[in-house]
Amino acid sequence: MSEAVKADVPDWRDDIFAALKAAEIRQVGYVPDAGHARLIELCRDDTEIRAVPLTTEEEGVALAAGAWLGGHRAALLMQSSGVGNCINMLSLTKTCRFPLLMLVAMRGEWAEFNPWQVPMGSNTRAALELCDVLVYRVEHPEDAAETVAAALDMAFKADFAAAVLLSQRLIGAKRWVK
Amino acid sequence: MIANEPNLHRRLDRRAAMRALLENRGELLLVTGLGSTTWDAAAAGDDDRNFYLWGAMGGAAMVGLGLALAQPDRRILVVTGDGEMLMGLGSLATIGVQRPPNLAVTVFDNGHYGETGMQQSHTAERVELVAAARACGFKEAFDIVDELGLRDFAAQIHNAATALFARVAICADEPPRVLPPRDGLLLKTRFRRAIGID
Repeated sequence: MSEAVKADVPDWRDDIFAALKAAEIRQVGYVPDAGHARLIELCRDDTEIRAVPLTTEEEGVALAAGAWLGGHRAALLMQSSGVGNCINMLSLTKTCRFPLLMLVAMRGEWAEFNPWQVPMGSNTRAALELCDVLVYRVEHPEDAAETVAAALDMAFKADFAAAVLLSQRLIGAKRWVK
Repeated sequence: MIANEPNLHRRLDRRAAMRALLENRGELLLVTGLGSTTWDAAAAGDDDRNFYLWGAMGGAAMVGLGLALAQPDRRILVVTGDGEMLMGLGSLATIGVQRPPNLAVTVFDNGHYGETGMQQSHTAERVELVAAARACGFKEAFDIVDELGLRDFAAQIHNAATALFARVAICADEPPRVLPPRDGLLLKTRFRRAIGID
């Protein structure tokens, strides 16, 4: 899981973390993904955030609901494959109108070498929209902060479920540096 | 094997068990899982501090974890069934890593899927939830088969120093359904108001 990103180079991952902090996110559930590695590290190191590793992504949907019942804002980090795991649990979010922010690192949509990632990766948006999750997408690093902040508002000010898809092109362009 | 299990035939009445857990509940917050444990809680008396799952099978323990982390000064009790817990078995591992001292996860185990026609669950064969909880990192995990054990556990919920797990052996019967509100928005909003955050 070690990351090739240099810690001293601020980039869009730091911008996303700053947006989570500005929105007073207190719990972050995650299933590790290389695209989220730096964000996970930042969350784990933050004393005000409880970072909760999950065995499967739908646990995080229930975690976020419980957090909100207790007055905490939660965010979930996952890979696109994990979105499929969340589908029935998202009925909890919708029926009770719980706020939810999902940050989804995309796989299987751009220069993918693993065909097993493609079926879920190419249907991530459709699957989320089928569950009435509002879907936003970041293609360019400079848009990350604003997009995540907008999704956070939709979640915690308007009480909707929102997902931000971090495109594989975005992640790959920054990450696969040897 | 199951035939040699000494506790096999000792089982509690589920409604009495829920009443015992909620007796003198004080400020205790309750999360119940899809199915019969929700009816059990309603039968014990509806309360704004009860959050009932009517769906989202497998999610009860994780709702309890999020709540426990958000409200460290309050005690959180999750009561769910064996089928619901089995669907979210991984959440025992997730909670075992976090172990908030204010969370108690309780499984009413009758070895059956009561809501769907009483088909046997894995616990009716050889799956042991208490052993699973211990293996997942719960330092205190109890197999409760009598009223004395239940009363001890009910007291521990209020002063434990680590996350608790309990499997309560209950009879595989179907007492008359007692239905609490099922409007999720109402359940969410009244819960938050009851604890002063909305």
